[in-house]
Amino acid sequence: MISLHHYLIFSALLFSIGLAGALTRRNVILVLIGVELMLNAANLNFIAFWRFSENPEALTGVMFVIFSIGIAAAEVAVGLALIIAIYRHYKTTNLEKVDSLKG
Amino acid sequence: MNVPFILIAGLTLGSAIAAMSLRNLVHCALCTVLTFAGLAAMYLQLNAQFVGFAQILVYVGAVAILILFAVLLTRNSETQPNTRIASPSWIGGILVAIFVSGTLIYSVIKSTKLAQTLPPMPDAPVKKIGEQLMTNYVLPLEVIALLLTAAMIGAVIIAMRDSKELVAADVSRLTSNQTEKKEMSRLTSAATEETQ
Repeated sequence: MISLHHYLIFSALLFSIGLAGALTRRNVILVLIGVELMLNAANLNFIAFWRFSENPEALTGVMFVIFSIGIAAAEVAVGLALIIAIYRHYKTTNLEKVDSLKG
Repeated sequence: MNVPFILIAGLTLGSAIAAMSLRNLVHCALCTVLTFAGLAAMYLQLNAQFVGFAQILVYVGAVAILILFAVLLTRNSETQPNTRIASPSWIGGILVAIFVSGTLIYSVIKSTKLAQTLPPMPDAPVKKIGEQLMTNYVLPLEVIALLLTAAMIGAVIIAMRDSKELVAADVSRLTSNQTEKKEMSRLTSAATEETQ
């Protein structure tokens, strides 16, 4: 029988995979994908807590995830537009070469 | 433990690891699609049908295509086998991720307040979600509509080329067109002269 623990452990693992990718990769698109994975892990937590809650009729977790998915769509659109603008300026997507503010 | 949960969790975690560690960016994007689809299956398993299909629509449909477009619009040098794909401080990143996952899993396992048994299936039809969206959550709905509009306009403005650059590109295209036309007319007139 699966309990809430399994879902929480799964989402913790997914969150850490996304965090590891966002911290270690050099390509800016992969950093964005890592951030997306972390966001999805948080969404899964909301749905799991909603499913195992005492009063699921309130639909709070479902509503939060629906709004979160909408915000994530906006975030990805702006993020990828920024990546394309950076690529046009620097001709690279390598994060280590985009360091104009570095002293 | 039941088998569908293990299958979906293994597939999702495996494709997430592949998405974060492969060298070819197109492979990474396709593995991300698999991760998003696995998460949608997880939502369906948790009786959140509307969220599951919204996940498929938004992530598998739109976000994955956007990521693929960005990958194909930017040329990267990481596909050559001898270049590094990780940043110099990658060990620190891995350590931070392991620490975070260890802390989270430890606190989840140690907690006694979490529900152990699955409550009866909640009744969450789409009609009820729509009613909630139009009554209790109407203000967030309007705010998110505004946010999406602003984000769309902002994304177009950011990704648009500078006006100077655009004008230069237009001028060069026009002049090249004119020279091509002159060349073509010269060639055709030469050809007609030859036939005469």
